[in-house]
Formats: sequence, structure tokens, C-alpha cells
Amino acid sequence: MLEIRNVRKTFGSLVAVDDVSFTVEPGRLTGLLGPNGAGKTTTVSMIAGLTRPERGSVLVHGQPLSGDTDPLKRKIGLVPQDLALYDELTARDNLRYFGALYGLAGQALATAMQAALTLVGLADRAGDRVKTFSGGMKRRLNLAAGLLHDPDILLLDEPTVGVDPQSRNAIFDNLEELKRRGKALLYTTHYMEEVERLADRIVIIYNGKVVANDTLSGLYAGATPGGAKSLESVFLTLTGRSLRD
Amino acid sequence: MALTALLAMVRKDLRLFMSDRRAVIVAFAVPIFIGAFIGSITGGNTREGRPRVNVAIADGDNSAVSQAIVEAARADENLNVTVTTEADARDRVEKGAIAVGAIVPQGFGDGSISALREQNGTRPELEILYDPSRTIEVGLVQGVLTQHIMQAITRAVGVPRPQLPFGVSTAAVTARNAPYAGYNSYAHSFAGMGIQFLLFSALNLGIEMLVERERGLWARLRSAPISRFTIVGGKIASITIISLMTLLVSFGFAMIMFKVRIAGSLTGFLAVSIACSMMAAGFGLLIAALGNSPKTARGVSTLASLVMVMLGGAWVPTFIFPKWMQQVTLVVPVRWAVDGLDATTWRGLGLTSAIVPTLVLLAFAAVFTAIALVRFRWEEA
Repeated sequence: MLEIRNVRKTFGSLVAVDDVSFTVEPGRLTGLLGPNGAGKTTTVSMIAGLTRPERGSVLVHGQPLSGDTDPLKRKIGLVPQDLALYDELTARDNLRYFGALYGLAGQALATAMQAALTLVGLADRAGDRVKTFSGGMKRRLNLAAGLLHDPDILLLDEPTVGVDPQSRNAIFDNLEELKRRGKALLYTTHYMEEVERLADRIVIIYNGKVVANDTLSGLYAGATPGGAKSLESVFLTLTGRSLRD
Repeated sequence: MALTALLAMVRKDLRLFMSDRRAVIVAFAVPIFIGAFIGSITGGNTREGRPRVNVAIADGDNSAVSQAIVEAARADENLNVTVTTEADARDRVEKGAIAVGAIVPQGFGDGSISALREQNGTRPELEILYDPSRTIEVGLVQGVLTQHIMQAITRAVGVPRPQLPFGVSTAAVTARNAPYAGYNSYAHSFAGMGIQFLLFSALNLGIEMLVERERGLWARLRSAPISRFTIVGGKIASITIISLMTLLVSFGFAMIMFKVRIAGSLTGFLAVSIACSMMAAGFGLLIAALGNSPKTARGVSTLASLVMVMLGGAWVPTFIFPKWMQQVTLVVPVRWAVDGLDATTWRGLGLTSAIVPTLVLLAFAAVFTAIALVRFRWEEA
């Protein structure tokens, strides 16, 4: 469904992403891991069409993504790391705006908003201003905004940063439901336990390159001769223990 | 789909603007307050009569001549006379309560009559006290009092109907076929303040684009399948609408409260207003394109807009500028907006007077927008 093929991106002399390739299948969640500055967000940005790869391509249903207005962008939903919401507007007005950006209007938009709000458990707060929401509720609304146009592929950039365990658990339930619905999910995070719980496949990026692409059990088995005890130990083995700025 | 997205962007920006109480107050209430203040101190509505100069006269002579002078001054349409003591007149001028004080010394009447008859006698002196910060009013008071003194003295020496050997007629000149034309300082002050705060509103909306980038909202917008032109078009439309609202609300208030009238072409007035709002929208986009962060952009853009409104004649009319500055300020878009609004309001001029200002403002809008499009950082890291 989503194929990243040999993409490369530089910023001046800095090679942010170099020859990165992986796929995300329907009904599967792929975890994208890497230390700070490894190239995760740049990779997500290229998939979402926010920046163009200098080499390689992003394929959606086998078709290359090209240009600002490519209809293929409708197949992709983005849940940014930041809480990309207007605090001064109600949840409903936020979703109405984000839905309209994908051409949704009228009854179709109303139905999509209701479905998204119900999924994330905010239907009863639709008329409240976002600034009255807790951090967890904002995270769930952030997720709903990415789902509104019913994309086949969902890009989740650290979607649980700063939320309490209850809200995190609720988001995990939402993601499990989306997998059941056949969505392809790409999930970046620093929380290893989240990937261990959710991911069907794990891609680890280090210095802009893919250094591992396997299932959790495959990573465990391949990390050391005796097998690793945790994803964190695999991660540290592959990316080193030195501090990142 | 592009139209749906564009309308949604405009609707969202309007909702955000209206939900921000501070922005609404700055856009609507502050220009009204400052416009009313500046309008009141720069002349008010002259269709209701010319403004008078406050003057205190101390009659230390109390003769028939001096009393005739005071009475004539009181009746003069240029003066608002307070008769008082010398000490009080001096005190009022010293404290800035009035611009001019006139002291008629003891013996002024007899002394001036004998000086007139003998031609070589000692001449009594009328003492004029004035506030050094208001020198323009001194000349006017001196001229008016000289006329009344000459009439009083010549009447006293036996000239039956003393008068100047010539007459003077004055006429305020505005468009001949515009019944509501006539200088109203509120028309100018509300145009100036409307434009200033219209620019502030546009700048705020431009800076909001930088805030949206910081908050990830820009990433969400750019991930949608809409073109750059739709994004820019939506921003221009929303900034133009909000800027236009700022200007029209200010003018509406001035029309109701201060009898400001669009004495000239209504179409011309609207054309200049819309073109000015589009220019402001282009300027807002330019700030968003050139600014690195909301904080730095806010400081630089506020300074830039204040310089523009100052040089554009929004605070004081450009005719009091030095000649060279009047020429130089033609490169400031605000100048064209102020001139266009002045022409179609109190000057009572027709549509043709608005054509050049409108075209120039649209050209500025196009240039600002084009630079913004080129310089805008479209890609996200």
C-alpha cells in the first residue's frame, strides 16, 4: 500500500535521509524508530508531501506521489507531533476546517466528523473549545483530524507525547481498531514499549539510513548470538549509547 | 475542491479573529478612539464653522477705545475671547491653557489717538503673550487685533464709518457638485487611523501564519491536496476581508458620530478601501514569508508599518511635510490610500480621483504578494 523506495534528502551539507526503503502494508502498523536527528521526521515529511525527496520515490498503491495537488494525498492522513489544532475553535470547527481541506462538505463532512469524534471518544465534547481540553483529549482530537477524510495510510509522528496512561491506552485502542479496518499505519516514537505492543514490523533509522527492518521477534533473534531481552537493548546496540543533542 | 478549501480557510480565519477579543478591540475600538481624538484636536467638522482661537484679553486701560477693541474682538468669528486680568492672562499662557494673551496697557486709547494725530509721539504698545509651541495662532490674533484697534482708533478720531479700503472674501474650495463636501478633520483622522489599524490587523494575520508553522498546523495544511495558490488566495481573501472590516467600521462610526460623509464617489471610496486592504494583505504575507519567528517578525513589522503610516500622512496631512518629503512619500503605499480616501470623502471628488490611487495600491499588493510567493518557505524539514 505504501512503499518508500530509495529516498534521499539533504539540507545543505547534512544528509538527513539516505537511500531509505521500506513498506507499510494494509492492516499493519510499522514502527519507525531512531534517535533524535536520525531522519524519522524528514521521512514522514516526504511521505506526507511536505518536502520532496531528491532521489527515490514514495509510492501509494503503486503510484508515485507527485505535486501539491496530487489526488493520492487524499489516501494519506497525517497526525503531526505537535498538537496541530486551533485552541480558540471548538472541536467541531477544527474538524470542519480540516475536512474541507480534503474537499469534504455538507452531509459527507458531518458524517465523517461524527465518526472520527466517536472513534476517539470526544463526540460529547464536539461543541467545546479545544483550549478547555486536557492534553490527552487534544491528542485524541489530533488523531481524529488526521482520520477525517478516511485515508488508507495514517502517518503518526509521536502521537502520545505528553499524555497520561489512560489517554495513551485509549489511543492504542483506536490504533488497534484502525488496523482491524485495514489501515496502514506508520508510527514514529521514542517509547519502545509502545512499539513492542503495537508494531507488526519495526524500521530503525540511524544517521539517515535504515539499519534494521524486521518483526519484533526477528529483531530479538538477530541482535545478538543469544538473542536480546528487549527492544531497547536492540535499539541501543544498533544506534550506540552516546548522547544525542 | 479548491474553492471548498479556500472558503474554509477564510471562514476559519474570520472565526479565529472574532474569537480573539484583543484583536477585535485593536481592530475596531482603538482606531475609533484615536481617530476621534486626533480629529477633535485638528479642527473638527469645519462645515459647522471654522475653529476659533482662544485668546485672553486684559483691558488695563478701560477707555472707550479699549472697550471698543474688546467688544470687536468678542464679535470676531476667528476668536474665542476671555476678558480677564493681566496676571491671569499671563498665567493661562504660561500653563498652556490658551495660546495667546493680549494686554491693553493703561493709557492705550489716549496714547494711540495722540500718536495718530501727531505722527511723531510716543506710541503705546499692545503686549501680546504667546505659547512658544503655538506660533501659528499668534500671527492670526495679531492680525485680527490690529484690524480692530485701527477701527476703534479711527472711529475715536472722528471717522464716521471706519473700515479697510478693501474687502476680502474667503471660500473653502471642494468639489462644486458635491453637496456634502467640506473639510472635516475626522474624515482624515479616521482614514489615517483606519489604515494604520488595518495594517496592524493584516500584520497580525501574517504573523499568525508563522505561529501556525510553529504549531504544526502548516504541516497539516500542506499535507492536504491543495495548491500553493489556493493557500495564498485563501490567506489574501481572509486578510483583505478583516482589513476592510477594520476600515469600514471606523468610517461607519465616524459617519454616525462625526458627520463624516463620502461626499465624492462611493464607488471610488470602496475601490480605494478594497485596494488598500489587498495591499495590506500582501504586506502581511510578505512578513510571513520573510519572518523567521513570530517574535522577531512582530517587532520588525510593527516598526515598518508605523514608518509607513507616518510617512503616508496617516497621522498628519502630507501638505505640512517639506516639499522633498512630499515627493519621496509617493513610494509609500499608505500615502496613496490616504490621498484616495481624502479625495472621495471630504474633498467630494469623483471616481476619476480614485483610479490612480486604486491602481497604485493594487500594484503594491501584487508586488508584495509576488515577493512573498518567491520567498516563502514552502517545504517542511
